[in-house]
Amino acid sequence: MASYFSAVLAIMRKDLAAEWRSRQMVTAMLVFVVLVIFIFAFTLDIDTLTRRQIAAGVLWSTFAFAGTLGLNRTLATEGERGSLDGLLLAPVERSAIYFGKTLANLFFMLVVEIFTLPLYAVFYNMSLAQPGLWLVLLLGSWCFCSVGTLLAAMAAQARSRELLLPVLLFPMVLPVLVASVRASSAFVNGLGLDYALSSLNILVVYGLIMPALGFMFFDFIVEE
Amino acid sequence: MASTSLDPKPRLLSALNVLSALFMAGSIYMVFFYAPMERVMGNVQRLFYFHVASAWVSMAVLILAAVLGIIYLFRPQKKLDILAVACIELGLVFAFITVTSGAIWARPAWNTWWTWDPRVVTYTILILVYMAYMLLRQGIEDPQRRARFGAIYAILASITVPLTYFSIRIWRTLHPVVIGSGSPSAEGGFDMTRPMVWTLLFSLLAFSVFGATLLWHRVRLGWLADKVEELRMKALGR
Repeated sequence: MASYFSAVLAIMRKDLAAEWRSRQMVTAMLVFVVLVIFIFAFTLDIDTLTRRQIAAGVLWSTFAFAGTLGLNRTLATEGERGSLDGLLLAPVERSAIYFGKTLANLFFMLVVEIFTLPLYAVFYNMSLAQPGLWLVLLLGSWCFCSVGTLLAAMAAQARSRELLLPVLLFPMVLPVLVASVRASSAFVNGLGLDYALSSLNILVVYGLIMPALGFMFFDFIVEE
Repeated sequence: MASTSLDPKPRLLSALNVLSALFMAGSIYMVFFYAPMERVMGNVQRLFYFHVASAWVSMAVLILAAVLGIIYLFRPQKKLDILAVACIELGLVFAFITVTSGAIWARPAWNTWWTWDPRVVTYTILILVYMAYMLLRQGIEDPQRRARFGAIYAILASITVPLTYFSIRIWRTLHPVVIGSGSPSAEGGFDMTRPMVWTLLFSLLAFSVFGATLLWHRVRLGWLADKVEELRMKALGR
């Protein structure tokens, strides 16, 4: 058990170290997020009240797009350099690779979110000091990355990888996005826990089922 | 090779063709002449029998596809994959019938073709997920990998089926509940009289038989296509 966790952490550290050296992906994600914020701000030319009401939706659409950008790279780079074979040869459980990569992706996504939130607070005039919102961000991102890593591993082996991932991923995470938006919007608009509870339930259930499925099926995806 | 004259149509399948035609005719008769007119909504309520029956068929075959996916992962067999694809294609067709009939009903009942109601949204998600399944299959050339990934995606996708089924029980919604008690905000619900219940049950039966017949045809088609492919490979190899 302990060796399993250390394998998971080692794979996560490997991905973080590789990213730290190049800082390609997170930089691209951040620039992309800022661009998307501006695009939304310009295209949805609206009054302050409406802007506040749709803030949660804009927030999650941005994160979903940026997250897909990151997920696309997670296995594509391994495939390009042929390092995936080495990773698969390592004497660890295959599912440890899945969890390691999922945690690394979660880390990247959270980094992007931490940098983006202040921008949102300024542009959409909303308060950030809400632990409930942070919880939703954490849960929603976890759900997104757990199913996203699994599907990215599939898409990486298909003919049109970068094209296929969003097509596979977005319908699959729509329940997550809907629940996250509802919960975030409840916290942002100060409605409190009662309004967010049913959506939080969905996130928790989804966030348990999807990693469990990934744990079971990752083996079948990477096998030759 | 005499066996390559491809297998003739099974007699049972021909019998099923006739049976499903009879059942569908019977169900149409019951819907229009046996079931009473609903007092508030009038004739448009009669869509309900087809709407519920096609929704039932779509969800049943999609769950079946997920079960086949699980079996496939443990015992990979080509026929399971062919059956699973047939299930999902059929599920999509019946899902479109459900959405279309629902929209036609919603126009007079909710006064709009489309509304972003939880039930409608989750069912739309279901359709999108299974359309993505079709794209995933197209994107992979190796047949074994295609079958394996298809199985996994079918299992993942099946989470949308219970999500749709329970959506009207989790959230406040406009959509009426057929089995069990509904949300207080549901619009267009009604209490069924005895003839209505019989009509609904018969429609469910008729659509199930019809669905099973179509499924068999689709599986046969898949099987024949596979055989043709094999023969072509053999011919090209020589």
